[in-house]
Amino acid sequence: MNHPTTEVTTERAITVTVNGVPRETTVPVRRLLSDALRHDLELTGTHVGCEHGVCGACTVLVDGTPVRSCLVLAVQVDGKAVTTVEGLARDDGRGGEVLHPVQEAFRECHALQCGFCTPGFLMTMAAGLEARDASTDITEEEVDEIVGGNLCRCTGYANIKKACRHAAGLMKDAAGGHA
Amino acid sequence: MKPAPFGYADPTSLDEALTLLAEDGAKVLAGGQSLLPLLSMRLASPATLVDINRIPGLDSVAVSGDGVRVGALVRHVDLLHHAEAARVQPLLARATANVAHPAIRNRGTTVGSIAHADPSGEMTSVLALTGGSVTVATPGGPQTVDWADFFVGPLETSVHGPAVVTEAFFPALPPRSGTAFEEVSRRKGDYAVCGAGVTVTLDEDSRVSSVRAAYISVGLVPEVHDLTEAVAGRTVAEADWSAAADLARTLVDPDGDLHASADYRRLLVGVLTERTLARAAEEAQTR
Repeated sequence: MNHPTTEVTTERAITVTVNGVPRETTVPVRRLLSDALRHDLELTGTHVGCEHGVCGACTVLVDGTPVRSCLVLAVQVDGKAVTTVEGLARDDGRGGEVLHPVQEAFRECHALQCGFCTPGFLMTMAAGLEARDASTDITEEEVDEIVGGNLCRCTGYANIKKACRHAAGLMKDAAGGHA
Repeated sequence: MKPAPFGYADPTSLDEALTLLAEDGAKVLAGGQSLLPLLSMRLASPATLVDINRIPGLDSVAVSGDGVRVGALVRHVDLLHHAEAARVQPLLARATANVAHPAIRNRGTTVGSIAHADPSGEMTSVLALTGGSVTVATPGGPQTVDWADFFVGPLETSVHGPAVVTEAFFPALPPRSGTAFEEVSRRKGDYAVCGAGVTVTLDEDSRVSSVRAAYISVGLVPEVHDLTEAVAGRTVAEADWSAAADLARTLVDPDGDLHASADYRRLLVGVLTERTLARAAEEAQTR
């Protein structure tokens, strides 16, 4: 990681831990995080929709917190940890991967059609569900709050909301929450 | 589109930031949730962005009996969940819950949204309604600017030259007072078509002594409207909040745009005023 500087630069070398792996790259300072992930780090799972913060397709986690990657400069995540949709599934310890409950729920509930908005929904929903008490039943208000910032032009949202409820159920089961 | 080329620096002290901001075309970057869209749409193309995120000491919420001081790097989400701040000035959490979506609240700063001075921003009107002020660091030392002297026009403040708004101060809610905040928007978290924040204060005989309202997406700069005369001296049970709503409709001067006509906004001012005043008055009886 570079030390912060009062020197005005147009290019910076940055180190970012992406999905657990430290990555170094040099970027123009105007590079958006979304573009740095896709172009410089070749992680094209993060989708760029509106590029001004409205659609939510580019949502990633920075230090565990969901943010719009089109509204953050790549230089601003120097030294931080970024999780993209490529990092959502867990290693199963046998050379394969186990889907995250929200991924499982999207598949189960047919919550995607063209799939363009899906990475943003998955990241937003994963963070939203992990931040709540998994032992309680999710309310409709919670579901609306979690998915409300992301746009989908195919599904009409019904199956996305269903997936959110289903994922919350899977996470409740995993937490042993049949209280 | 992508932002036009610019220079970038992330100083670790206010003095360094002010030195950098003295250059032509330099602009402060805090949360960036309003600035980066402007850059990407090429509505703004500053020569230099001075990122203040690495400057220590700007990320605290200080609560006292007088009110709540919010540092320049406090994110909306921090204020939303700050129970102590909500106790002293309940409008903070109530309004912040309406600021954009969770992913934007995680990054955007309350002070930045005030410095951005967007008439559709929630916290500009909350600063006005609470009678707040901002602290501005300048090369000549810190200055305190009252809300009424701060907002000049849409996206325009009275602060010029090298300066960083370091803090916003929201005075405490007075005793026997209640507040409410509500918005109408096309999609929850989107810019409000119209929003209302209100404060109702009762006297020692539990009669209405002050009713004030500020609106979102109505007018060019935040304004506080005194609606007291419509209901003064009534008990909460007697008060006719629709009379206050009628008065509010005559006081506002909304513009029409793609999202709503001026007449529709004026109608919403009435609807939201009546609803929020009833809730605020209920709360005033309990504080």
